Amino acid sequence: MRIPCPHCGDRDVREFVYLGDAAPRRPDAHAPDALARFVDYVYLRDNPAGPHRELWYHGFGCQAWLVVTRDTRDHDILGATPARGVS
Amino acid sequence: MTQSGPYRLATGGLIDRRVAMRFTLDERRMRGLAGDTLASALLAAGERAIGRSFKYHRPRGVMTAGPEEPSALVELRADARREPNSKATTVELYDGLAAATQNCWPHVRFDLMRLNSLLAPFIPAGFYYKTFMWPASFWERVYEPLIRRAAGLGRAAGAADPDTYEHANAFCDVLVVGSGPAGLAAALAAARAGARVILCEDDFVLGGRLAAERHEIDGAAGFAWSQAAIAELAACPEVRLMRRTMVFGVYDGGVHGAIERVADHLPATASRPRQRHWRIVARRTILAAGAIERGLLFGGNDRPGNVMAAAARTYANRFAVSVGRRVAVNTNNDDGWRTAIDLAAHGVEVSALIDTRASVPAALAASFKGRVILGGQVVSSKGPGSVRAAVVQTARGRETIVCDALAVSGGWNPNVALACHHDGRPVWRDAIAAFVPGALPKGTIVAGAANGSLTLARCLAEGDAAGRAAVEQLGFRTAAHALPKADDEPSEVTAFWHVGGSAKSAFVDFQNDVTAADIALAAREGFRSVEHLKRYTTLGMATDQGRTANVNGLAVMAALTGRGIAETGTTRYRPPYNPVAIGALAGHHRGKAFRPIRRTPSHAWAERQNAPFVEVGPWLRAQYFPRAGEADWLATVAREVRTVRGAVGLCDVSTLGKIELHGPDAAAFLDRLYVNTFSTLPVGRARYGLMLREDGFALDDGTVSRLGETRWFMTTTTANAGRVFQHMQFCHQVLWPELDVQVVSVTDQWAQFSVAGPRARDTLRAIVDPPFDLGNAAFPHMAAGECTVAGGVPARLYRLSFSGELAYEIAVPARYGSSLAETLMRAGEPHGIAPYGTEALAVMRIEKGHVAGNELDGRTTARDLGLGRMVSAKKDFIGRVMAQRPALVAPDRMTLIGLKPVDRTRRLRAGAHLVPRRDAADAAHDEGVVTSAAFSPSLAHWIGLGLLARGPQRHGERVWAADPVRDGMVEVEVCPPCFIDPSGERLRG
Repeated sequence: MRIPCPHCGDRDVREFVYLGDAAPRRPDAHAPDALARFVDYVYLRDNPAGPHRELWYHGFGCQAWLVVTRDTRDHDILGATPARGVS
Repeated sequence: MTQSGPYRLATGGLIDRRVAMRFTLDERRMRGLAGDTLASALLAAGERAIGRSFKYHRPRGVMTAGPEEPSALVELRADARREPNSKATTVELYDGLAAATQNCWPHVRFDLMRLNSLLAPFIPAGFYYKTFMWPASFWERVYEPLIRRAAGLGRAAGAADPDTYEHANAFCDVLVVGSGPAGLAAALAAARAGARVILCEDDFVLGGRLAAERHEIDGAAGFAWSQAAIAELAACPEVRLMRRTMVFGVYDGGVHGAIERVADHLPATASRPRQRHWRIVARRTILAAGAIERGLLFGGNDRPGNVMAAAARTYANRFAVSVGRRVAVNTNNDDGWRTAIDLAAHGVEVSALIDTRASVPAALAASFKGRVILGGQVVSSKGPGSVRAAVVQTARGRETIVCDALAVSGGWNPNVALACHHDGRPVWRDAIAAFVPGALPKGTIVAGAANGSLTLARCLAEGDAAGRAAVEQLGFRTAAHALPKADDEPSEVTAFWHVGGSAKSAFVDFQNDVTAADIALAAREGFRSVEHLKRYTTLGMATDQGRTANVNGLAVMAALTGRGIAETGTTRYRPPYNPVAIGALAGHHRGKAFRPIRRTPSHAWAERQNAPFVEVGPWLRAQYFPRAGEADWLATVAREVRTVRGAVGLCDVSTLGKIELHGPDAAAFLDRLYVNTFSTLPVGRARYGLMLREDGFALDDGTVSRLGETRWFMTTTTANAGRVFQHMQFCHQVLWPELDVQVVSVTDQWAQFSVAGPRARDTLRAIVDPPFDLGNAAFPHMAAGECTVAGGVPARLYRLSFSGELAYEIAVPARYGSSLAETLMRAGEPHGIAPYGTEALAVMRIEKGHVAGNELDGRTTARDLGLGRMVSAKKDFIGRVMAQRPALVAPDRMTLIGLKPVDRTRRLRAGAHLVPRRDAADAAHDEGVVTSAAFSPSLAHWIGLGLLARGPQRHGERVWAADPVRDGMVEVEVCPPCFIDPSGERLRG
């Protein structure tokens, strides 16, 4: 698999570390239902068949966290952008 | 007759008759020629039985001329280089090659294990599951060893591979797999447009079937055209031609795995890698991997002397070897006729051409002048031994045709494997009675015979079109060029599979000894899905992956179940296409080079002190520093601990993860990262910190020092350095990009040493440059500052203590690390300094009750570790909310305690479980675990740290430390986790 790092160009997947779904947003720790929202944030994930925005870390490259759009059905990489400012 | 064997034809072939290649088979001396494979040399010498089959030990000979070979498996080379299950048909002959027959005892021609064959009626498919059921204990001791001795293939070397293997990467616009007419036409079209092209060919000769056929292109020999094409490609600077290179897998994003056999065809030499594992990244891929001929199913179709019809042609045309003196040809298609025609042209007697079809077009009928039997089927071959005759059934009755070889063609299967590696299922095409590729991997085009286009003219046209399409998709411009001219030779086929009417077994999978009767048995017993059929009968599970067998097997199953072949379907195709040596996948990453090793700045110095080293994460750290006269490592470690507690010790702590933070928001960032607060830390001070994962469990601990208003330095544990840095990058880039802070890893930039013990200050005074004040008032416990040492070397000084003594950590730029160690040793000499390693470090931290990796095991919370009071209630931080979950704050959670054996002479061991004294020592009464244990030289007995339910309330209670597999039961007393100087007077001294 190849990932088009926006800083380093097209790179081999072995340079990256996978984290997971890029959708969850860290909840407000002071909200009245904070615990329930954090349980969702930490544990609950959708498992879509199709394009999926997910977080990857270019650890053996620019050390940037990226949002990579990957089709979970065929591992087609549809794009990659810096995660900074995405969440 | 030439010296290279009685079956060598007088003329022709792509062999060099002037260059003899001497080799041995089972230590018999033999000769072949340059350009031979081991198989062609053996056939030239008249060798028929080359191996014994897997299950029934039936004699088998060469059946094909390529990597699809199911039968002619041999062991190559000797000793550590012995390589079992090598296909003789792909082994390039070299002078001095030693080969051996396998799976036969005592000899390939007289094999006692042939007994299995007589038992064949009793060992059908699935017999393992049915027969060896009872008694269960017999399986391991009796049945399995018996079966293992009788069944099986070659023997592994049983020694480390002495050869080296390389990894390499390549990038191209277009990867062409296969150098036959379609592959060459595709490569030419792409190369002429200026694209970067890689052409991979498994064989050592480029040209594919053009090297084995007598086709004409542009009015000349097809092979001559291929050589001209190759010369044109070789002259293109952007083209790389890779012979002896098998593409074994198609992976995601245009990544392909390939093995280049760099030195397999050369005598053993240390100067070259044996093989090279390529990772080829291609923007477009053209699969032109050709087709594989399949056989027909009749009784005794596995007897040596049975060969594939096209292979017989290959041996005659390419290797100038006749597969027999009198050859009968059995076919269901036009292509089989070419074998009869070519053999006759080489002067080989063709005793009969038997076509299962009742009639053929007049032009085809006129193309072969010898005896033709239409509407005939070979029912069985006759021995004894190798083929001596074929029994043919026609409308008029049975006839015995005398022959010593039987060339069989059941049609061609396009080589779809690589096209299916992304789960594309092949599609049945009736016109050629074969599967062709279905949905393709992205960016892939299939051309030629691999696509079911089985004539030369169509191969050339499709290859050219594929090459053009690939580069045009990439934006290259192509110019018009004339297609090479060739004929659409006859290629009709009428599907024909299984001939009944023989008492002898008709083999489908030759390597795994699966017969048509086995498939019928599977069908009767309900294993009708192809995936079940495969696993029940082992059809297609051998090293050849059933290349010649699978479609025939599916056809038999389809006929038995009344479903069509298309409906029956195929099993899933997965990489690798052919077996790949583990050594090639590992490359240079083996033994000590399995992964990079990191050495500390004082590594060489520690080596000179005879220190043994221990792996800590990616690092090698000095474990202890033995001295003459010390009985064992425990004595050494005890002496090191006493030195630190009584004088001063030196330890390299450069392996700690070191991270620098700059920026106005660095303090706010650290507050969100750690459970405790750092924004209140004054400049010039350090503080211990604990960070959690977002799920509330402890992630790592370390110290944070404030070097300036907006300048911070923190350490992580050695093992977690990479993970914590990645976590911090995540927090900064993804969670809080608005914070103005920069985070940089400086682990490699600073060499850091711990100087610990009551004489630590005296030691440092000798090297810290004035006017820096080391006095207790100016630089107290948990102070941090910058200074210079040894006359101007920039340094950072932290007054931190892991040992519980007066202690400092001093850091200098890494290049000064080695000399700093020696300088400190000299400075400390008057004070009795000694170096100490990770063992003494661990003993002292256990004596002080500091947690480390054994306690920070990913399952403990701040409260479990006795650090609950550090947790700030005033701010948000990573893990804060989830740490408040009810189960994580339950009062009966296992919590950190200290342990002492009641009988002070007893040893404690980490891993022992803690059980109340009144209860049985079993899992039901397990209340905790000993996480760390050490002999404390200071207390002169063993001590431990552990996690125990309601631990802090149980100080003084006696429990069992149960360790049934080692020491049995040790009675221990629960105590506070700090054993030495609990009030901390020493470290403030």
